[in-house]
Amino acid sequence: MIQQVLFLFLAVVAIGSALGAVLARSPINSALWMVVNLIAVAGLYITLNALFIGVLQVLVYAGAIMVPILFVIMLLNLGSMPAPSEIQWKHVVAFILGVALLTQLAFVLAIGLDALPEMSVSEEAVAASSAREIGKMLFTRYVLPFEIIAILLLAATIGAVMFAKRKFA
Amino acid sequence: MELTVNWYLALSAILFSIGVMGVLFRSNAIVILLSVELMLNAVNVSIIALAQMMADSTGHILVFFVLAVAAAEAAIGLSLVIALFRTKPTVDVNEFNLLKH
Repeated sequence: MIQQVLFLFLAVVAIGSALGAVLARSPINSALWMVVNLIAVAGLYITLNALFIGVLQVLVYAGAIMVPILFVIMLLNLGSMPAPSEIQWKHVVAFILGVALLTQLAFVLAIGLDALPEMSVSEEAVAASSAREIGKMLFTRYVLPFEIIAILLLAATIGAVMFAKRKFA
Repeated sequence: MELTVNWYLALSAILFSIGVMGVLFRSNAIVILLSVELMLNAVNVSIIALAQMMADSTGHILVFFVLAVAAAEAAIGLSLVIALFRTKPTVDVNEFNLLKH
């Protein structure tokens, strides 16, 4: 029972804050709603007993990704966007496309509704999601992808510095 | 009502659709970046739910890599926003048509 209540609470917070992030006029409000959303999703990982990923979510997303975004908003001194005076054609198209996508996803889910077993996080699932098990996998079976991710992050860092220095035409 | 993995998948679908609508609706480059993060996050929710259902730590590794790629993407995206802002002091993506000419 407590699990359902917790899930519903976190899901409502996640959906509400996602809507807030998308609909807020000012980018700083958007970014702060996004932080709420990321923390709610971290809570959802913890309800699934995935503690390591939950902590990583708070550290990497809410810490390392949102801070630079807030810094850039501050640095560029962005104000609110003006309220749209009339409903534009592209907004109607965007809304229809978004609803169509949600309908497709819901349809696929509805078809597979019976195919999936009941959610019960077993003891082995808890063991498999521990930091020890993930670390072991990361440094044995997935060591090559891990090194490639390291190179990707280095390339992204250098690329970010180069882009931020350059002035386009 | 029993909590099933479908609830997590449905939540993931809703969050993903909100992210897609954010990318399509908004013209502020930073909000578009945030919406992309929202989509990556939604996918992570479904990966973790399925990984916990199957008691397999490969899903967690995948989410770990998605987090790293999201960090790289945010860094590159933000530096592009700064570079664009230097060209023209706005972040409205409708104002930029550098590749058109």
